[in-house]
Amino acid sequence: MSVRKLFVVVLCVGLLLGGVVSAQETIRIGANLEMTGAVAAYGQMIWEGVNLIREIVGDTVLGKKVELVLVDNKSDKVEAANATTRLIDKENVVAIIGPAISGSMLAAGPICEEKQIPIISATATNPLVTQGKKFVFRACFLDPYQAAAAAQFAREDLKAETAAVLSDIAQDYCVALGNFFKEEFEKRGGKVIVEQHCKTGDQDFSAQLTTIINANPDLLYVPNYYTEIALICRQARDLGYEGIILSADGADAPELFSVGGDAVEGLYHTAIWDATKGLNDIGQKYIDLYKERFGKDPNMFGALGADAYLILIHAIERAGSTDPVKIREAIEDTENLDVVTGKVTIENGDALKPVVVRKVEGGKFVFVKTVTVE
Amino acid sequence: MNWVTFFQQLMNGVSVGSLYALLAIGYTLVYGILGLINFAHSDVFMLGTYFAFFMMAIFLLPWWLSVLIGVALCAVVGMSIERVAYRPLRNAPRISALITAVGVSFFIENLGLVTVGARPKGFPRPDLMKNVYILLGARIQGVTFWVPVISILILFVLFYIVYRTKIGIAMRAVSRDMETTRLMGVDVDRIILYTFALGSALAGIGGVLWACKYPQINPLMGIFPGWKAFTAAVVGGIGNVVGAMLGGFIIGLAEILIVAFFPGLTGYRDAFVFTILIVFLLVRPGGLMGEAVREKV
Repeated sequence: MSVRKLFVVVLCVGLLLGGVVSAQETIRIGANLEMTGAVAAYGQMIWEGVNLIREIVGDTVLGKKVELVLVDNKSDKVEAANATTRLIDKENVVAIIGPAISGSMLAAGPICEEKQIPIISATATNPLVTQGKKFVFRACFLDPYQAAAAAQFAREDLKAETAAVLSDIAQDYCVALGNFFKEEFEKRGGKVIVEQHCKTGDQDFSAQLTTIINANPDLLYVPNYYTEIALICRQARDLGYEGIILSADGADAPELFSVGGDAVEGLYHTAIWDATKGLNDIGQKYIDLYKERFGKDPNMFGALGADAYLILIHAIERAGSTDPVKIREAIEDTENLDVVTGKVTIENGDALKPVVVRKVEGGKFVFVKTVTVE
Repeated sequence: MNWVTFFQQLMNGVSVGSLYALLAIGYTLVYGILGLINFAHSDVFMLGTYFAFFMMAIFLLPWWLSVLIGVALCAVVGMSIERVAYRPLRNAPRISALITAVGVSFFIENLGLVTVGARPKGFPRPDLMKNVYILLGARIQGVTFWVPVISILILFVLFYIVYRTKIGIAMRAVSRDMETTRLMGVDVDRIILYTFALGSALAGIGGVLWACKYPQINPLMGIFPGWKAFTAAVVGGIGNVVGAMLGGFIIGLAEILIVAFFPGLTGYRDAFVFTILIVFLLVRPGGLMGEAVREKV
């Protein structure tokens, strides 16, 4: 055997052994996130949050190192499904931190269900995401709950009598919020006088807004994502709309201010979390480290990404095993767990916690109150 | 719908349409001379906004100077694309050049995603562009007024260059017969380079004005405006500059009015535009002005 052949054989054996050893010593968790595409900011912020919380709580569980495997789903439903299959079949992960948005999560969920691998989304809020599924979870509250809180706030606190809804029909999240808002707003004695739609990626909303302004509602509800919200606010103000604008947690990205500028002043939105003060020890630690590392206030997406990671890690610890089915049971049993955004309880795959309302003042979000739906 | 609302919707349509028109001129110019649909046009459009943005954000230059530099850089990029991607394929079948154009387009988009990132940036606008004026009850942004004015100015400059300068004569000659023009001693490659510089500078101007209306820039921002401007160019009669402007206004108005009159069809807004494209290609492939004016600019 020549030296060269020997070298190759040694190399192969080494690689094989290395593979076996690393497979035994690490726990692989997948991250199926929007690193590029329409909502890249969400995926990137979640990824920041997950990595930051690993620095705080450490990256080991059950005495083994946790290895994160990141796959970009390009903010696309089909890519999200492909990424899920790849994580399970090729990367052999025991659990997945799922896509940020509901549409992609709806595409990824059934695959995890079939292959019995738990998946937890940081921020997908559409009810269908977890409905009737055993292996699909989320670290945030649901769209109906958030929309009901928004409607309650609009009626009780803002005293709005009439409202218009402008929602994105290409996003399950936006459509659901719009519908649930209307239902709850009218149940509380208000009236939704005009409903208009747009589509993800639209930059021009002048036609819809002109119709809305013509109907003259007290309040405009825009349950969309930050890029659309910023442009809608701009164009609404340019077209002469002077009423209140209310949006949902999709508004929470710094781009809202850089694109929206003075047009987003006074905008209200429902949020999962307020980053100015931690509600518990780990929340405060996260906020402090985030500020130290990035020199700005942390965002909700990162915090919920951290929550998703914490829920998974605690579940693996309680399960005492890396068997995905046992991990799944442990996640479902999560109760009053202290995570970055407060105390979380998981029920039927969904997280329960109060809704925060914030307002834009002086180019930043200011805490208004928390709403518990009655 | 009352009259004021209707008038406002018309203005909304003209506003979007004039931007499509400006972009469509760039497509049509290059096509008219080379017979090549430069799909990278919409990406040079995007680059124009980023160049101007970085001039303002990093070098803190005033708005007008940043825009001028941005447009000049676009011209340079346009020439580089021609030199690197299209010139080697000058004598290849037309389909090869078309596919290369698509490739260049994807390359620039993805390069943008990798270098500046996918997250959108806010584009600063001067007051001139963002002030709102009220005309007959309709509210009109400064940019809506300036875009058609600038487009018409550009038309005059284009006509001057094409009909009154030596380069223009050479451009028209190249568009008629490249080989014969070469035999006449004209440096054809240089003329084509100038054509690309001109077309790309137009894309840069279009990009900056687009960003003034929709102040949010990202590496993929050129795709949809590009497709729609291309549609406008075809509707107007590709190769015809006046037709491109007309096509732009038609597409802009069609898009706004379908949403205004049929809110239920909002989701089909883009589909509607492309349906117009298909109908034109089937019924009148030469476009509106394609037959009336034989002379190609």
